[in-house]
Amino acid sequence: MKKSLVQLDDISFKYDTEGDYALRHVSIDIYEGEWLAIVGHNGSGKSTMAKLLNGLNFPQEGSITVDSLALSEDTVWDIRDKIGMVFQNPDNQFVGTTVQDDVAFGLENHGIPRDDMIKRVQQALESVKMEQFLDQEPHHLSGGQKQRVAIAGVLALRPDIIVLDEATSMLDPRGREEVLETVRILKKDHKMTVISITHDLEEAAKADRIIVMNKGELYKQGTPEEIFQLDEELVSLGLDIPFPVKMSKMLKALDIPVTKYHLSEEELVADIWTSHSKM
Amino acid sequence: MDISLKNVEYRYQVDTPFERLAIKDVSIEIPEGTFLAIIGHTGSGKSTVLQHLNALLKPTGGEVVIGDRVITADKKQKNLKEVRQKVGIVFQFPEHQLFEETVEKDICFGPMNFGVSEQVAKKRAREAISLVGLGEEILSKSPFDLSGGQMRRVAIAGVLAMNPDVIVLDEPTAGLDPRGRKEIMDMFYSLHKHKNLSTILVTHSMEDASRYADKIVIMQKGQVYKTGTPIEIFSNPEELIEMGLDVPEVVKFQQRLEKAFQRKFSKTCLTIEEMTEEVSSFLKRGDSR
Repeated sequence: MKKSLVQLDDISFKYDTEGDYALRHVSIDIYEGEWLAIVGHNGSGKSTMAKLLNGLNFPQEGSITVDSLALSEDTVWDIRDKIGMVFQNPDNQFVGTTVQDDVAFGLENHGIPRDDMIKRVQQALESVKMEQFLDQEPHHLSGGQKQRVAIAGVLALRPDIIVLDEATSMLDPRGREEVLETVRILKKDHKMTVISITHDLEEAAKADRIIVMNKGELYKQGTPEEIFQLDEELVSLGLDIPFPVKMSKMLKALDIPVTKYHLSEEELVADIWTSHSKM
Repeated sequence: MDISLKNVEYRYQVDTPFERLAIKDVSIEIPEGTFLAIIGHTGSGKSTVLQHLNALLKPTGGEVVIGDRVITADKKQKNLKEVRQKVGIVFQFPEHQLFEETVEKDICFGPMNFGVSEQVAKKRAREAISLVGLGEEILSKSPFDLSGGQMRRVAIAGVLAMNPDVIVLDEPTAGLDPRGRKEIMDMFYSLHKHKNLSTILVTHSMEDASRYADKIVIMQKGQVYKTGTPIEIFSNPEELIEMGLDVPEVVKFQQRLEKAFQRKFSKTCLTIEEMTEEVSSFLKRGDSR
């Protein structure tokens, strides 16, 4: 039985007193141990939602509960212990003068004993393959390297939930895959829940569940399989369709008997192989 | 305007304990009207190369030729304004550099800094805003009231308003949604075509490099690893994957398919249309057995 860890109950939020709502009547359950991808066009409310989750902003209407704690000014610090956030632009999240100081910052704030701290900093940096940069100044790193350090800073705190807000968008493909793989392993080993706000549809295709946001509202939720059957509907929302789905569709249009719109290339190749051997 | 880099070397913080070699022996020819993509890992030296293209950095070795200006280590450079006007750089997240009260003032800032009159600058602002696909009504708004995608376009308009001959784009679509990404890239491509604007695109997106560029440079560990047309570069996907780089989805797919069928297709497909066509004719011929 899936256990609901976070509940967003009918939340609405706007940044200014005037102007439009950035989020309108959104209700979502986030389950323990799941990988949830949140997709949507720029301005659809994805990042706003992330900021509400750990109390950077508070909704005008509705309520948020994290691990049975109702989010409020009083509980916000407890909730921030449970949710680690990694943002898109690494330049905005550095405080330390060296890489290891930066990763240690959060741990120091939590009063982690020094021996343990040294170990955790080292582990966190190893897991993002930045252990050779311990004494470098963050500002001398490339964008992708910085982002890996930022992720290490969060990983070191071992939160129950990690929110990646477009956190891999500045990385090169291998860097991105390494970071995601790191998060996958941590998720498994520490039963972490992952909320990934992303434009990367190949990544979303590997999530347990996808939420599609559109103009501040929850448009649809479902498994990747369900969501990507929406096809052109996704394109009209400013999104795209993963390559294998697109390819399946185009082959079908040419009367090649593919059995369905495949989410993975392996499946599609296998399918083409089958139809080939029947010919 | 042609740009060429000849055996360029750059060291950060020379003669300090922090001295670090960022690029070496980099030679790249960028004749006028080229669409060049530079790909490579984070840390491969792409951004360092980029900053040489309008003399933000002076090489510590070799020479950079920008139009008729020759920039070398030993020569003092005076009056680089002209170079900077002719080569416009759109940095990563350019919207972070917006600062004026109105969009119009922000766009006019660059040209006026280069000595253009306010009247002309305003005219250019109107042209630039339409080039980036926004309406003139946006000119009077505060840039900070715009959406992320709009802000990015305004920042790009600010570069275009300087009437550059060359435009350098550092990951111009990072953080945009798929539609925004396509719109921005199509916009740059049409500017490139219609205004014969040399375009240099630094990107992680192999899809964009293969779709838009005439020529691709692969950087690795501070050096040029390879230069070629998209078809030359992507015809040998194993090599790129070995280097930890990506290849376009369609190339990856072809590779997988060829492996499954134990057979090479006659050509490397760079678009999904070509690929579907190949697969279809291959299956319908049924001559693989």
